[in-house]
Amino acid sequence: MALLTLHDAVARYVEDGQTLALEGFTHLIPFAAGHEIIRQGRRDLHLVRMTPDLVYDQMIGAGCARALTFSWGGNPGVGSLHRLRDAVENGWPRPLEIVEHSHAGMAAAYTAGAANLPFGVLRGYIGTDLPRVNPQVKSVTCPYTGETIATVPALRPDVTILHAVQADRRGNVLLRGILGAQKEAAMAARRLVVTVEQVVDALDAPMNAVVLPGWLVTAVACVPGGAYPSYAQGCYARDNAFYLAWDEISRDRDRFRQWIDAHVLGTRDHAAFLRSLGVASTRDAMEVTR
Amino acid sequence: MTPPWTRDEMMTVAAARMLWDGCVCFVGIGLPSAAANLARHTHAPDIVLVYESGTVGTRPDVLPLSIGDGELADTATAVVPLPEIFAYYLQGGRVDVGFLGAAQIDRFGNLNSTVIGDYARPKTRLPGAGGAPEIASSAGQVFVVLKQTPRAFVPRLDFVSSAGFLEGRGARARAGAAGAGPQAVITDLGILRPDPETEELQLVERFEDVTVERVVAATGWPLAVAPHVNVVAPPTGDELRILRDLQARTRAAHARAIRVPY
Repeated sequence: MALLTLHDAVARYVEDGQTLALEGFTHLIPFAAGHEIIRQGRRDLHLVRMTPDLVYDQMIGAGCARALTFSWGGNPGVGSLHRLRDAVENGWPRPLEIVEHSHAGMAAAYTAGAANLPFGVLRGYIGTDLPRVNPQVKSVTCPYTGETIATVPALRPDVTILHAVQADRRGNVLLRGILGAQKEAAMAARRLVVTVEQVVDALDAPMNAVVLPGWLVTAVACVPGGAYPSYAQGCYARDNAFYLAWDEISRDRDRFRQWIDAHVLGTRDHAAFLRSLGVASTRDAMEVTR
Repeated sequence: MTPPWTRDEMMTVAAARMLWDGCVCFVGIGLPSAAANLARHTHAPDIVLVYESGTVGTRPDVLPLSIGDGELADTATAVVPLPEIFAYYLQGGRVDVGFLGAAQIDRFGNLNSTVIGDYARPKTRLPGAGGAPEIASSAGQVFVVLKQTPRAFVPRLDFVSSAGFLEGRGARARAGAAGAGPQAVITDLGILRPDPETEELQLVERFEDVTVERVVAATGWPLAVAPHVNVVAPPTGDELRILRDLQARTRAAHARAIRVPY
């Protein structure tokens, strides 16, 4: 495990053309990492995420992606992801190949990847058109019961990037709150990069907490606020007002470009991004190590 | 005369009444979430709400904007990894009711939330299926909430995102779906239920100020109508007050400024 700046972690481990999973289901979405990938101009990425959310809307709109594997591509509770829609409907800023699953299918695919199996199985996709448009969805006959069971090929990202609340100095990472498929995406990946709110001497982890041991982690970067406008349980809440505002910002190509220029390309790092939006508070009582 | 409640409120109240105390309900975001929480605050205090984010037995004080707001985790009995929600809880047969919305529905309760137009060259790309395909097949039964217009209630779906009764007359069960499928469709005009034999949806209840003709005209196929169409009881004062309080709290919470310590 290497303790790096986010800039250096992305520079070192994220390459053009890779299959990349930034996981975290609504909670702990690694926005800071997504923005750093935009700043460093990565291209031709195959992005994998159950819910692309705003982070992939921004990366797709900024031209980072050639393909997307996903299971639900909306702005939760708000509506469409307009940059994703523009890419799929109009090929802007470039055509986007999509590989579409259900949530259960993607969860099974990550779980299979984590377990080094060729495919995952589920009672899924019954009666739907998804297998017609995604030829990866197939089926097997159960050798015990004769039932037909759906299969999905294992997902094995080149790099998975997560955000978490804490890491200790040996790179052990504590996950808590809503996990989504973070653990599975981490274990399925060839490399694992984690941004954290804080680096501590000892994890605040009860027995059976979800801890990713440091020897599984390729790099840790300390990025306070790194999930904003998503959230980190116990640190800061989801900025639902920003998610509502994104509908308007992202609807128009020029308005989107201006936002990316001003707040992502025009800022040096995540702290500057937070300051540019006026949401950064001064260092509070939380023990934050930088 | 205009009733002193909106169509959305009537629809939410009607949907809430379908849920019983103690039932395990897999909740989607939006109107299903409002209805499930209204039920919890009225006649079903021990309803178990499960959100696909992994929050089980959650009791939010305000409605979540997203399926994974912190409020859901803070008030949950358990927060489990997402693969467990789908594999152990839903596929494991532990969910009584799945609550779904969609962009389009057909006469057999099949749903489209994926695309309008051709998949490869879509007119409108919608968010997609998410958890719906397996909720639709594995939940004990499914309630659908959807505003009734000819654009939404279509003769043929552009895409089947989740299965209702497929072509009807047992096709769903033959396809291997474990649950009983869409047993109620709650619209802003009334309630449709499947005919036990054909499995085609038919109008069984209408809201007080709505005629049967109006419901038929809002449907893109020749809608079957039950021999006796009952009238849904109007919302009570309590139902409206509790729903409006919940939504006022929610609006205030979602507008709150967030500060990020760094």
